[in-house]
Amino acid sequence: MIEILQYDFMRNALLTAILASIACGIIGVYVVVKKIVSISGGISHASFGGVGLGYFLGINPLYGLIPFSLFSALVMGLVSKRSKMSEDTATGILWSLGMAIGIIFINLTPGYAPDLMTYLFGNILTVSTSDLHVMLALDALIVVIVYAFYKEFMAMCFDEEFASVIGVAVERMYLLLLCLIALTIVLLIKVVGIILIIALLTMPATLSAHYTHNLRNMMYLSIFFGAFFSIMGLSLSYLLDIPSGATIILVMAGVYIIHFIYDGLTKKVHA
Amino acid sequence: MTEVVELQDIWVSYGDVTVLEAVDLIIQDKDFLGIIGPNGGGKSTLLKVILGLITPDRGIVKLLGDNPVKTRKHVGYVPQYASFNLNFPISVWEVVLMGRMNTVGSLRRYGKKDHDAAQEALKKVKMLEYKDRQISELSGGQRQRVFIARSLVTDPKLLILDEPATGVDFVMQKEFYELLRELKQHISIIMVSHDISAISVYVDKVACLNRKLHYHNSKELSPEDLDASYGCPVEMLAHGMPHRVLKLH
Repeated sequence: MIEILQYDFMRNALLTAILASIACGIIGVYVVVKKIVSISGGISHASFGGVGLGYFLGINPLYGLIPFSLFSALVMGLVSKRSKMSEDTATGILWSLGMAIGIIFINLTPGYAPDLMTYLFGNILTVSTSDLHVMLALDALIVVIVYAFYKEFMAMCFDEEFASVIGVAVERMYLLLLCLIALTIVLLIKVVGIILIIALLTMPATLSAHYTHNLRNMMYLSIFFGAFFSIMGLSLSYLLDIPSGATIILVMAGVYIIHFIYDGLTKKVHA
Repeated sequence: MTEVVELQDIWVSYGDVTVLEAVDLIIQDKDFLGIIGPNGGGKSTLLKVILGLITPDRGIVKLLGDNPVKTRKHVGYVPQYASFNLNFPISVWEVVLMGRMNTVGSLRRYGKKDHDAAQEALKKVKMLEYKDRQISELSGGQRQRVFIARSLVTDPKLLILDEPATGVDFVMQKEFYELLRELKQHISIIMVSHDISAISVYVDKVACLNRKLHYHNSKELSPEDLDASYGCPVEMLAHGMPHRVLKLH
């Protein structure tokens, strides 16, 4: 097994799994505790428009993805906070709208769109060294911002009303959080793809909530879970020759379900 | 001396329903105002207008002489139904420290002064021994005390309490009201309450709100005020002369 590490693509894949888990662990915790899973799913799907844009312009789709996902995060946040439309409805509409834009762009792009499936379902083995640099930069940005505004994010996620009374610019912080989610999605897209991202964003965080009641520890634990499961899934997918993204999700879901059942059983015994 | 709160001709409606109608209110330094009134009478809405959380359709709101959005960080606020996220991974200690955010500012960590203030506030509400507990592990009354501590730790110039005694047991309630009595030596307090007996004992001034505000800058309300507010004759309990809300009649 260890000999596979001599391949560049495998080393990149492992580094990707770790870099992705850092962003995913930190931001995933916010997504779970703030209960913004569906809006995050919306941003993820809507950012498919950015992938399409990248193909259409003939640039690395990752560079189309970054501005487009940030833009959809801002639109989604503003629409849900300011208009009378419910957040749920706004999410649903923008979710499909972004995907539709992506499909049209890809259709307009002459020729075949190579590795389109990578963006939809992920393929960690296709991560290039330049992709890794982008991921590293995004990770650094996310860590710095969360470190700087830790108190504000905590107050905003815990109690928006009190946070605004105490002087936190709640709407701005919320939009900033959505932008961080957008960047995390960019980081995760090669790992599991647009469609599976939401599982990677939520499962490690939910699992870690069973073991700690401290926000910071929850983040550390989610990073560990994320990295552990991604590497396990990656190895399994290599051994069984099955798609990596889906395998990672299945490993995670498997552990989560076993944990859930075990938890239920032991609780019953105690009662 | 600027007024602590100054409301002029405030109108608020939700859709077609008018919740506040032509409300005027002035609260001076070290006033302790109790607001009573029926459910749905607009009490919580009025507090949110004072805090700038709701912008009225019409009228002028001044808090500590300025726009409440700017000045509300000097106000301690204990909401009736805290809008907080119950399953949030946060300890009592972290919740109370959160009240110090306005003094600490962003990009900085809490220092010794903040920790001392949090400790002091938790001691005042007798929750210091619970400081490491998860907020979801507390009873409703204990949680309310934590939120009171969080509002005290801000060093407020004005304390706004919306049904603060809800879910707090009887003994603790008495201690809590005694605490308010002590606090009003230094700051102004607005308290919404159903507990008219508490209002009559502890507050200095009473207002009655049901869409319109009946207030005479004193502790007395006329039977007509109460009739108009509650829409029907209300049976008033009088607690003997010193604690009367109702004028002799």
